[in-house]
Amino acid sequence: MNKTMKKMSTLASAMLLTTAIGAAPSTAQEETFKVGVVSFLSGPAAGPFGIPARNAAELIIDAANAGTLPAPYNTAGIGGAQISTVVIDENSKQKNADFVKLVEKDGVDAIVGYASSGSCKAIAPEAEKLKTLTVFSICGTPQIFEEIVTEPQYLFRTLSHATMDNVAAARYVVETMGDVSTIGGINQNYAWGQDSWRDFSLSVASLKDSVTETETQFPKIFAGQYGSEISALLNAKPDVVHSSFWGGDLEALIIQGSGRGLFGRSQVVLTSSDTAIPRLGAQIPDGTIIGARGLNGPYAPETELAEWFQKAYFDRFGTEPVSPAYQMAQSILAIKAAADQSNSSDPEVIRGALAGLTFESMSGEVNMSLANGHQAITATAYGTYKFDAASGKGTVENVRTYSAGCVNPPANVGSVDWIKGGFEGAVCE
Amino acid sequence: MVNYIHVSMGTGMVALGVMIQMRAGLVSFGQGLYFCVGGYAAGMTAKFLGISDLFVLLAIGVVAALILSAILGFLLRRYREIFYAMLTLAISMILFGLLSSTEELGSTDGFNLPTPTYLGWAPTGEVGRITLYILTCFIAIGCAIALNRFLKSPIGYVNEAIRENELRVEYLGTSAHKAVHITYMLAAVVSSIGGVLWSLVLGHVDPEMTNWTTSGQFVFVSILSGIGNVAAPLIGTFILEIVRVYAVEISPNTWQMILGSVMLLTIIFLPKGLWSLLTRKKKSKPQQTASAPAAGE
Amino acid sequence: MLTAIAITVDGLGFAAWLFLSSVGLTLIYGVMRILNIAHGGFYALGAYSSAWAIGLYATTGSPIVFSFLLIPLAALIAGLASGLLVERGVLKFMYGRDEVLMVLVTYAIFLILEDATKLIWGTESYVAWQPAFHFGTIDVFDIPYTVYKFIIISVAIIVGIALYFVLNKTRVGKLLLVVIEDREISAALGINVTKFFTVTFVVGAVLGALGGAITAPEISVSPGIGAEIIVLSFAVIVIGGMGSIGGAMIGALIVGFARAASVHLYPPAELFSIYLVMAAVLAVKPYGLFALAESRKI
Repeated sequence: MNKTMKKMSTLASAMLLTTAIGAAPSTAQEETFKVGVVSFLSGPAAGPFGIPARNAAELIIDAANAGTLPAPYNTAGIGGAQISTVVIDENSKQKNADFVKLVEKDGVDAIVGYASSGSCKAIAPEAEKLKTLTVFSICGTPQIFEEIVTEPQYLFRTLSHATMDNVAAARYVVETMGDVSTIGGINQNYAWGQDSWRDFSLSVASLKDSVTETETQFPKIFAGQYGSEISALLNAKPDVVHSSFWGGDLEALIIQGSGRGLFGRSQVVLTSSDTAIPRLGAQIPDGTIIGARGLNGPYAPETELAEWFQKAYFDRFGTEPVSPAYQMAQSILAIKAAADQSNSSDPEVIRGALAGLTFESMSGEVNMSLANGHQAITATAYGTYKFDAASGKGTVENVRTYSAGCVNPPANVGSVDWIKGGFEGAVCE
Repeated sequence: MVNYIHVSMGTGMVALGVMIQMRAGLVSFGQGLYFCVGGYAAGMTAKFLGISDLFVLLAIGVVAALILSAILGFLLRRYREIFYAMLTLAISMILFGLLSSTEELGSTDGFNLPTPTYLGWAPTGEVGRITLYILTCFIAIGCAIALNRFLKSPIGYVNEAIRENELRVEYLGTSAHKAVHITYMLAAVVSSIGGVLWSLVLGHVDPEMTNWTTSGQFVFVSILSGIGNVAAPLIGTFILEIVRVYAVEISPNTWQMILGSVMLLTIIFLPKGLWSLLTRKKKSKPQQTASAPAAGE
Repeated sequence: MLTAIAITVDGLGFAAWLFLSSVGLTLIYGVMRILNIAHGGFYALGAYSSAWAIGLYATTGSPIVFSFLLIPLAALIAGLASGLLVERGVLKFMYGRDEVLMVLVTYAIFLILEDATKLIWGTESYVAWQPAFHFGTIDVFDIPYTVYKFIIISVAIIVGIALYFVLNKTRVGKLLLVVIEDREISAALGINVTKFFTVTFVVGAVLGALGGAITAPEISVSPGIGAEIIVLSFAVIVIGGMGSIGGAMIGALIVGFARAASVHLYPPAELFSIYLVMAAVLAVKPYGLFALAESRKI
């Protein structure tokens, strides 16, 4: 017992000692701007999200350093400083500790990335606590600035939250389909899937009276086998089937569903499906409604910046960029735009300039207009799929673009309240 | 670095819970259940009742774990070996399923916890972090000492006897079921304390805490560090964490492979865990003069 | 009525997949007493090699009918190579160690296999739908099902019968049953136990790879599919009784029908219906439905 006690006290003092060492302040770097890039590098989200996002980060940062980005980003570096990067895996059980490590040990000036809403919820307060410029590039939950960090100072998100995807999807369905009386859905049984279905079904109900929900399925994420769910949907025959599946689950749903005629029986709406186009080609039935979470992929505007991005990405990685790549690129451009505008590489100055900024990305104009200028809103678009057998490529047609003000709630209004209240204040063209 | 010690203290206490069950030959593949129960009990108290006092949250976490483990104990105490492992896993996965589909609790995203207060004192920033860190250290070490006492108590020794040969324990007139039940509850309590502290450090809870992969890591740590000493799981957790951090840094795309190889090598060359490095050195020193040990021994 | 039929067909389809994915696991446990987490790795390897091979084959434009041959072939090659490597390279040094320790050894191997798969095939997903669509669909009353689903069900039945036949009707099978019954006595009787272990492990690995290979045309083969299958297979073999082939079949059917029923009747229960069934079965029959009673050593 005595011996153990002794060991214990040694252990205790060792641990207490580390507090002093660990708490030593990080040294600020002068000539380089160090960015921590957080992305899924392992697990099921790596293929569809993490790797394209990391690729885009590499591409944009290399081009920024060399000064080869198209105007107005054709100055070298960020605010004159060269960018260096530290890449870490988002697929970690100690997300917060990893974040703290980036700040304290690696001494990064800014952190960009994060795809999962769970990560973002956990990281959001940490970013404010550690006073580190953090730009979320993907995660969709509206809660970040509506509930968790209500007065953000250091935290930004350059992507519209997920409400936009589903409000726009509902508008598209109601506007383009003559008679919708029943809707059904298949969404993953976790926050993203539940939120997406809630926003979509509420929006449809808000836009059109007498629509009933017939079959709503919530399979486990990464289940891969949707035989029973598809049977249930085939049996219920709703006019519209909504799904926010992404990545491997999405591809499995398309393969299994199209094989059994689900897409013929119901009009299928896939809110996050541009990633599947280059991979499944003719396997996606014509007429499927395709969303890309913003003006990404097939909906990207025809600007010099977008064309440069598509070409440079294809040349370097051999595939077309998909929406997560656009979203990561957008968050890095946000920092560069703010830094160049204030001509400084000081994170404090950059965050001041970024709040409320309007800048151009490869997905069109981004307005940092919500949450005191920390949450972006962008336009989005929906269209129907069309496979062109001659070129072997899938495209979208019947495209409708929705302006940012039409599908995003105004400042200080919660997403659900906004939808339930009949989209008060929405400005649609 | 200090942050990694801090988080590994929380998870280390769960590994400690796994380890004391292992002393009785029982491997819990679902210890994440109590890790999660502790975290969620504290989180829900803070979220719905607005209480952020560390000691109240700890007490509530412990009570929740005690009640649940007392009930489940009646079921689990009948099981041994791989079946104990499987049943604990199944129960923890039921909670995982329930939490993942409960929207009020944020589903898979979980929800955030406030910064803890201490009997009315509410430090923030660096002071708050260090206070929580020091308290966590003391609580972790306190638990380790208490469990060390427990292992040296009659029931603690009965546990070792159960591991060796349960039938003989019963023939000697001692109830193995009762000993297992008590051990299970103790493990639950220490795990829930770990859960409360870990969640407060992170400021966030999610159902991943009770996923089988989380529980699997606790088992891993206990085996890697060895069941020889109560300090072993605490240190083992920290070492594993550091290996992971460096593996991610060296090779962000294939860190799992490095982690797996380190684990494999440890199992092959240190069958009794990392702790045996300490004890073996002491024991083998006097023998060295008598007979030089063969390489690889 | 329609729902009842849908539950039956969906349940059978899901059960067939579960059986093929978990029978190798139960076989290895039955003979070697190793709960092989690396099984998920074999499953993933099988799925990747099959999807990759079919994808390559499809680009040549040859008749799709022959791509069916690639599925067992890919499973055989992937299972043989990885199974032999793991058993000869690592496990053979570990026999006789504690059961739980072996779980961890295989877990470590699983982590390594996961990254090895990623190194070979990258993180991009692979799709190989050609075989799944080739024969089209059959309408069961009003609901179309792919013929491929029924092919999987048939393969599962064939594998089950074949294993039963080999174990109970052939000399090798009978010897194997002896090894399962008592390892030490059989070694003393002159049976080459080590060889049996190697063969069993490799057969188990091939079966795991087959489970992945045959599912590949229906899904998108991407990183992480191995981790998903492990827990599901555990549930199946624990319900049936670990080490029992018949048990795996019953376990697969129970889990398959439980899931199909919850999807059709009460979708919110889908997420944990499997574990609920598992806990319920274990609470009544601690060692699963079909486990052999073991004598306790005094």
